[in-house]
Amino acid sequence: MPEPKHPDEPGQTDGADLSNSQRKAYWSKNRRLIGVLLTIWALVSYGFAILIPMDFEVGRLPANFWWAQQGAMFVFVILIFVYAWRMDAIDREFDVHEEGE
Amino acid sequence: MDLSVTELWTLAFVILTFGAYLYIGYTNRVRDTKGFFVAGQGVPPVFNGMATAADWMSAASFISMAGLISFMGYDGAVYLMGWTGGYVLLALLLAPYLRKFGKFTVPDFVGDRYYSQTARIVAAICAVFVSLTYVAGQMRGVGVVFSRFLGVSITGGVLIGMTVVAFFAVLGGMKGITWTQVAQYSVLIVAFLIPSVAISQKLTGNPIPQLSFTFSDITAKLNQIQVDLGFTEYTAPFQNKTQLDVLCITLALMVGTAGLPHVIVRFYTVPSVRAARYSAGWALLFIALLYTTAPALAAFARYNLIDSLHETPIEEARSMEWVSSWEATGLLGLDDKNGDGRLQLSPNAELNEIQIDRDIIVLSTPEVAGLAPWVIALVAAGGLAAALSTAAGLMLVISSSLSHDIYAKLIHPGASERERLFVGRVMIFLAVCVAGYFGIHPPGFVAEVVAFAFGLAAASFFPVILLGIFDKRTNREGAIAGMLVGIGFTSFYIIGNRFFGMDAFLFGISAQGIGTVGMLLNLVTTLVVSRWTPAPPLEVQEMVESVRVPRGAGEASAH
Repeated sequence: MPEPKHPDEPGQTDGADLSNSQRKAYWSKNRRLIGVLLTIWALVSYGFAILIPMDFEVGRLPANFWWAQQGAMFVFVILIFVYAWRMDAIDREFDVHEEGE
Repeated sequence: MDLSVTELWTLAFVILTFGAYLYIGYTNRVRDTKGFFVAGQGVPPVFNGMATAADWMSAASFISMAGLISFMGYDGAVYLMGWTGGYVLLALLLAPYLRKFGKFTVPDFVGDRYYSQTARIVAAICAVFVSLTYVAGQMRGVGVVFSRFLGVSITGGVLIGMTVVAFFAVLGGMKGITWTQVAQYSVLIVAFLIPSVAISQKLTGNPIPQLSFTFSDITAKLNQIQVDLGFTEYTAPFQNKTQLDVLCITLALMVGTAGLPHVIVRFYTVPSVRAARYSAGWALLFIALLYTTAPALAAFARYNLIDSLHETPIEEARSMEWVSSWEATGLLGLDDKNGDGRLQLSPNAELNEIQIDRDIIVLSTPEVAGLAPWVIALVAAGGLAAALSTAAGLMLVISSSLSHDIYAKLIHPGASERERLFVGRVMIFLAVCVAGYFGIHPPGFVAEVVAFAFGLAAASFFPVILLGIFDKRTNREGAIAGMLVGIGFTSFYIIGNRFFGMDAFLFGISAQGIGTVGMLLNLVTTLVVSRWTPAPPLEVQEMVESVRVPRGAGEASAH
């Protein structure tokens, strides 16, 4: 366990006590997660709803129409919560989570 | 004055809700700039989510969107996906880092990150412009609801709305606005869901609109009716817009949403980076509650309207109370052109005998579904809540840009806390007055201007903030060049196309969708120019490193 830092000491409250390689590793994990989630984001909205023709139905609605007016929005909500939840774990792994959180 | 039962209920709801907003505003009055601009950074994530949702959903979302979709069919999805998908970008790419940065406004970030007062001024002017274009429509919405449901003149309605907003915004700043928005979200979502559930239950026997929309045969029947009448199928894509245009508009609205200052600034008010991430999720959940209901309501209302009016004898139609009252407002027009005594709906304007204004769809649903007068009154109160909450959020951005970014940073850098707070209050009061003026004398080109606001946000703020966080090499020269190119191209295309009859020469992409191209041009310009010019100073690079890591953000709220 690292010593608790005094909040007024510059450079330490903002996680600057990370080594450079850890900083890079943290950032690339974050970016990879963002990449995966934004791929899904683009797939459901631009892919399923607009670009990829589908001739089956979801319930009793044409699939493209359902994705455009219902499905994509459900997925958007889930993506944000998944990001927040996964980032909690990554923050703790690199010990950059906020005090009291 | 004689009041009908509906008017009495409306009056009761308006007095009750406005009283609540005033009370909340009074109990949340503030004494420092931090409370005034960012609510003391103490708003819990769920409540910030509700406030963001109320801030975001305007009179247009509440009253006009379902109607718009009901006339556009599939193509209406550009608004549904465009106005929700931006929150994913906001949550993953902007909000957590801006919260860590932890100042008061969007121009703050642009000015500090690009170590340039010019960039700060450009950003402040854009923020004021974007917010002003929006606010004009909101106060108008307040006036329209007042005049339609209470018989007050539009001017009188606007004045009442202005007084209420001025009271809680001037006293409470962001803190007063936030907690009022929480109350306004509750009012508007209940007001939207009750009639939607009722019409869903009535038409399909299933009370949950999302389920009955997907699993009942109403939309299939609607498709059949549309084809029989000579329209295209309701669910058929790309009837009003080309596929490319649907794609571009959706992307421009998403990116524009993520770049709108009044939305971004909401994420400065939460206690931590982690809270900013979750808060974006809650915000979109609360927004999606209305946005996934709206397309169901759109299809049901269209089916119901056609079903109750088409081939109905005109006398019988006029004997229905909601038909006669809406016909009196001029928003529903019946005209038996071929003289057969019956009404026919037709895609051919010369044969069509039923004119429906799109704003009717939401507002008339309770009456069409035969709901009690208090539900109709509740819808009126919901429309007012939607308009007032959005107006208040926009006014705060205008006030903070003028008093914080321009006055306190440029004109009088040594201003004391008291002085800055005073200027903030004066500016928000002036913003209310300007908004009221536009509400009473609306500029005739609101729709064009809103397209412009989104295009501008997409082509200026979004790329500059995104690269400011994700590309350390992006420097002042790159950002300024990028903003100029993005704003220049987007303005040229929109103004040329909408006001001077220029062809949509770029593959027919409409003014609404051109922000996508403006954004891409901005990104490319910024990246290229940054590589040709000196790297940003070391302390700026350290600032970028610092915003990428959550720890330390909570510290700001201890002051």
